[in-house]
Amino acid sequence: MKRGGYRLYLLPSAVLFTAVIAVPFLMNLGTSFTKWTGVGTPEWTGLTNYTRLFADANFWASFRNNVLLIVAMAIVPTLLGLVLAAALFDYIGKKFGGRTASVLRAAYYLPQVLPVAVAGVVWGWMLHPSYGALNQILDAVGLGSLGQNWLGDSDFALATVMAIMVWFQLGYPVVIFMAGLQRVDPALYEAAEIDGASWWRRFRHITIPQVRQEIFVVLLTCTIAALKVFGPIFVLTRGGPGKATIVPSYFSYTNFFEKANVGYGSAIATVLALIIVVVTAFFLRFQDRDS
Amino acid sequence: MRSIPVRPGRWAVLAALVVLAVVMLAPFVIVTMNAVKSPADYAAGGPLSLPSELYLQGIVDFWQRVDFGRKLLNSLMISGAVAILAVVLSVLNAYALGIGRVRGRLWILVGFLLANTLPQEALAYPLYYLSKEVGLYDTQLAVIIIFTAIQAAFGTYLLSSVLGQFPRAILEAAEIDGASRWRILWRIVVPISRPTLAVLMIFFFIWTWNEFFLPLIFLIGNDNQTVPVALGVLQGERMMDATMSSASALLGIIPAVAFFLIFQRTLTRGVTVGAIK
Repeated sequence: MKRGGYRLYLLPSAVLFTAVIAVPFLMNLGTSFTKWTGVGTPEWTGLTNYTRLFADANFWASFRNNVLLIVAMAIVPTLLGLVLAAALFDYIGKKFGGRTASVLRAAYYLPQVLPVAVAGVVWGWMLHPSYGALNQILDAVGLGSLGQNWLGDSDFALATVMAIMVWFQLGYPVVIFMAGLQRVDPALYEAAEIDGASWWRRFRHITIPQVRQEIFVVLLTCTIAALKVFGPIFVLTRGGPGKATIVPSYFSYTNFFEKANVGYGSAIATVLALIIVVVTAFFLRFQDRDS
Repeated sequence: MRSIPVRPGRWAVLAALVVLAVVMLAPFVIVTMNAVKSPADYAAGGPLSLPSELYLQGIVDFWQRVDFGRKLLNSLMISGAVAILAVVLSVLNAYALGIGRVRGRLWILVGFLLANTLPQEALAYPLYYLSKEVGLYDTQLAVIIIFTAIQAAFGTYLLSSVLGQFPRAILEAAEIDGASRWRILWRIVVPISRPTLAVLMIFFFIWTWNEFFLPLIFLIGNDNQTVPVALGVLQGERMMDATMSSASALLGIIPAVAFFLIFQRTLTRGVTVGAIK
């Protein structure tokens, strides 16, 4: 088939991507070397923003929180999701029927359908210091002394956000891993069972190797989501109390739109973009080598 | 062959998994319960009591106060427009890359992947600035244009590999019959790929519906806001009491759960497709 002429089909996207992605990205990069309030002419300051950034305790705090959110949004859901998917597929599905397994799967998945900002609204209500339901539940079961101002106390705020994010993310790996397990030849499990392999051995030697590809995908997508997290922080804590739950995304947002430090905000966003691209490239390479 | 022993622990495993399911669902149940409770009822019984009667005034009040119908319409318009436009662009790109195999397609694909991976934070301020320059700030059109690009980046990446597998014999037969490229695309490639395109369109719709960061920046006018932005901005406002706050949470939950139920079949089939994102 002739190749010429197909390029025309790329033209609308070429125009759109130049205007919406390429030019803004380069502008952001350029601005990161300047001091600019958003009006008037940016003043060239070279690497000043970056040197200031690496000496800024808030910047490091935001990345430390980001790492903890990767634990909450990628690592814990992946590990829990593996156990749950295997339990539903290889145990509940066999002993109690596929219907029970898919009802449970749907229950775990439900939080995932919410817009993440709405998930924040739900939990903001559940954890409200004066009328929140969680403290009342603790009271009702006689654990009232454990009640906290969950989001308003800087000792608890980040752990609370992490727990909420585990709740939000968990269903995604469960569904993906269960879909992956459908591919597995049932004879494999049957043979292992006849040989007397325990559930744990089947989990380690059949389940995990079979969904290897899915584990990569889930870890990559959830890690990127954790690096970009903004909505829950904005809705639940606005980075506070103090800077207890600040993340790079929210940190750049406040510099752009509240403090008029556009140059500094651009530097934060550029570093974040760089980290995300490097993490993606690393995962994809690792995956290539593996397969 | 010996039979598999029925372990006494099987009920314990089921119980543990059911308890987890209850914990996962508890916030939905508690929010719903309190959204249909009168403030007096709430004051008397707290958040955990069952509502003594179905009281919908809190939801009605909140609906009217934020003009929720308008927000729903805004979200529908923006997400619907993005879903359609992004699928059209993805098809055009994937036709050139997957079937046309234009030169340099690998690099073009890497470009689309990169565009999809970049955090919106690194585009936000220039987009904000540029949209003000061209008079698109605080318009739904700006959000539609931006998300069309972002979603099409993913769609192109996915669809190019799908169309790369398109049966060549069909294309060649059509070409021999004298069909133009444009005609082959719309009369043959698109109809045959319709199931994939449907999944893609639903994903684009829901992803755009769920977006928060850029819509928050671009849609500051009350009349333009989407559902998540309106609810997210109102969260924690002093004028909201407990029952009205739970009404607002419920109004955010309902459309999301409705889409899930409507699209469930297509989505569970396609969730592995979305996993590549």
